Amino acid sequence: MISLHGLTKVFPGGVRALDGIDLTIGDGEFFALLGPSGCGKTTLLRTIAGLETAGSGTISINQRDVTCLPPGRRNVAMVFQDYALFPHMDVTENIAYPLRIRKVPRAERLAKAADVARRLSLSELLRRRPAQLSGGQQQRVALARAIACHPTAFLFDEPLSNLDARLRLEARTFLKRLQRELAVTTVFVTHDQAEALALADRIAVMSRGRMIQVGTPAEVFQRPATTFVASFIGSTPMNLLPARAAGGSLYAAGAVLPAPAGLTDGDDLVYGVRPEYMDLSPTERPDAFPGTVSVLENLGTSTLVTLEEGGTFVQAVVDEGDEPRLGDHAWAVPRRALVYRDGELLAP
Amino acid sequence: MIRHTVGRLVSTVFLAVVLAFFALPMLWLASAPFDDSPAITTSVPEFTLNNFAVILDNPYALGSIRNSLIQGGGAAALVVVLAALAAYALSRVRVPGRDVLLYLLLLLSSVVTGTAAMVPIFELATRLALIDTHLGVILVVSGGLLPAAIFILKDFMDETPTSYEESARVFGASSLQILRHIVMPLVRPGLATIAVWALASVWGGFLFQFILLRDPDKAPGSVILYTLYTEGGAPKLDLISTFSLLYSLPVVAMYLFVSQRYGFRFHGGIKR
Repeated sequence: MISLHGLTKVFPGGVRALDGIDLTIGDGEFFALLGPSGCGKTTLLRTIAGLETAGSGTISINQRDVTCLPPGRRNVAMVFQDYALFPHMDVTENIAYPLRIRKVPRAERLAKAADVARRLSLSELLRRRPAQLSGGQQQRVALARAIACHPTAFLFDEPLSNLDARLRLEARTFLKRLQRELAVTTVFVTHDQAEALALADRIAVMSRGRMIQVGTPAEVFQRPATTFVASFIGSTPMNLLPARAAGGSLYAAGAVLPAPAGLTDGDDLVYGVRPEYMDLSPTERPDAFPGTVSVLENLGTSTLVTLEEGGTFVQAVVDEGDEPRLGDHAWAVPRRALVYRDGELLAP
Repeated sequence: MIRHTVGRLVSTVFLAVVLAFFALPMLWLASAPFDDSPAITTSVPEFTLNNFAVILDNPYALGSIRNSLIQGGGAAALVVVLAALAAYALSRVRVPGRDVLLYLLLLLSSVVTGTAAMVPIFELATRLALIDTHLGVILVVSGGLLPAAIFILKDFMDETPTSYEESARVFGASSLQILRHIVMPLVRPGLATIAVWALASVWGGFLFQFILLRDPDKAPGSVILYTLYTEGGAPKLDLISTFSLLYSLPVVAMYLFVSQRYGFRFHGGIKR
């Protein structure tokens, strides 16, 4: 278990990379730190590892306060974005390096390295240097090296970002299965929302050194707490339309929609609908967004349709075969929507 | 067409003259030791090996090569160790005014030459009882070589990604372990270059050795070469050329060995 309390980190020059982080990560949990670049997610990971020192606040791992311990005594293993495999050592030496530091006898550590390598299907590559390995193999060696030292927690910095798109999906599945098998608490950093949704048990969405929302992938996807999270999560960006409440109804982009309770007329509102939760209707409806089909983007099994009306764009995803034609008039009917007031999600 | 030919002709002749200018002394060094009575010009030698017999009889000749090895090897080892530690620290720790310090050191060591600092250095060596010792020579020449060595090695250190070291640190490696296990092996071509360069500089160095050493038993080859004159002050060309050839062979051999083993590089960057 990793507990962070009031963690703050200010870099020289006054950048607040971490701004009062409170977080508890459970035993065996696969936890994602998600956010755009510069949001502080990597700094948070490095602070947990001990590579950065916290300005204030405490870090404890398995009920042990490690805030002031050097990285080597925190019993965590980190996999770096570039894997940081030592280029002058072969695969065995790389995997056995943590054991060499712990003064494990040579024969024992070589046996241990071979054992871990076998579990990650690296047995054929033991004598190779990192330069002679593919990206995926390098990643597995880095994982093997982390596993070999039996840490209480794994820290992964963008573990999949150095792989090409095809391999990334395979590696993702592999990583998730490996984490399940090992059941070691794992924190990983990513800027890719799809990766976070697919891998993590829970996700923390970060922005400017703060945690905006912490929740399961389903929670974060279905009920983004702010418009920032709403725009960040989801493979097609959520429609976020300025809206106005009047007389119990909501007016947004030419549609009249039922308003949730507790709104006062004149509030600054945003009406959010994922394109996947829109239906396209060829006939006029008052509770739909009207527009002319201006762009069609083929997503494989579906198509992303962009409707334009008076400078406002609304996107909807339609199934294969149901695509309208460019220039058609259509109405996008929201199926499931969220309403934000001053950027914060309103309870339904 | 004619102009083109003439141009080619002129440039070729020019290059040949320049080449001859540099090649003739080498040719002299190759031929004169085997000549019975070498002159200042290069000529086909009247072949003899007598010069080698004479120089080997000289009581100081072989000893001086040993002295050169002690002083050059000692200085090279000291420079490599100290420069590696200093360059690593300067590369990894942000010290205010670090770059200014480095450039200043480099400037002082190259512009303010040893000659200008000779008197205070001699005074210092006398007070520390380092006159007439190998250690004195090693310390003084190392001091002159260190700034440039640090400068070159820092570039190698800068090129080593910090993620290697951070990775090792998370596994619990100490700073010295990181230096020994990770950084040193990665900058090995740089260390080899610095070692060879330091040894070669000391090998050919004359002034410090000449002034700091009184006892001819401790003088290196470069100083002994200076004694191969007649009482009248005329150079004994046969002995000078023979000794020069003997004296240059170890350095040439070392160059070839290191170049083959590590390759010379004056900049960082890692072959992965």
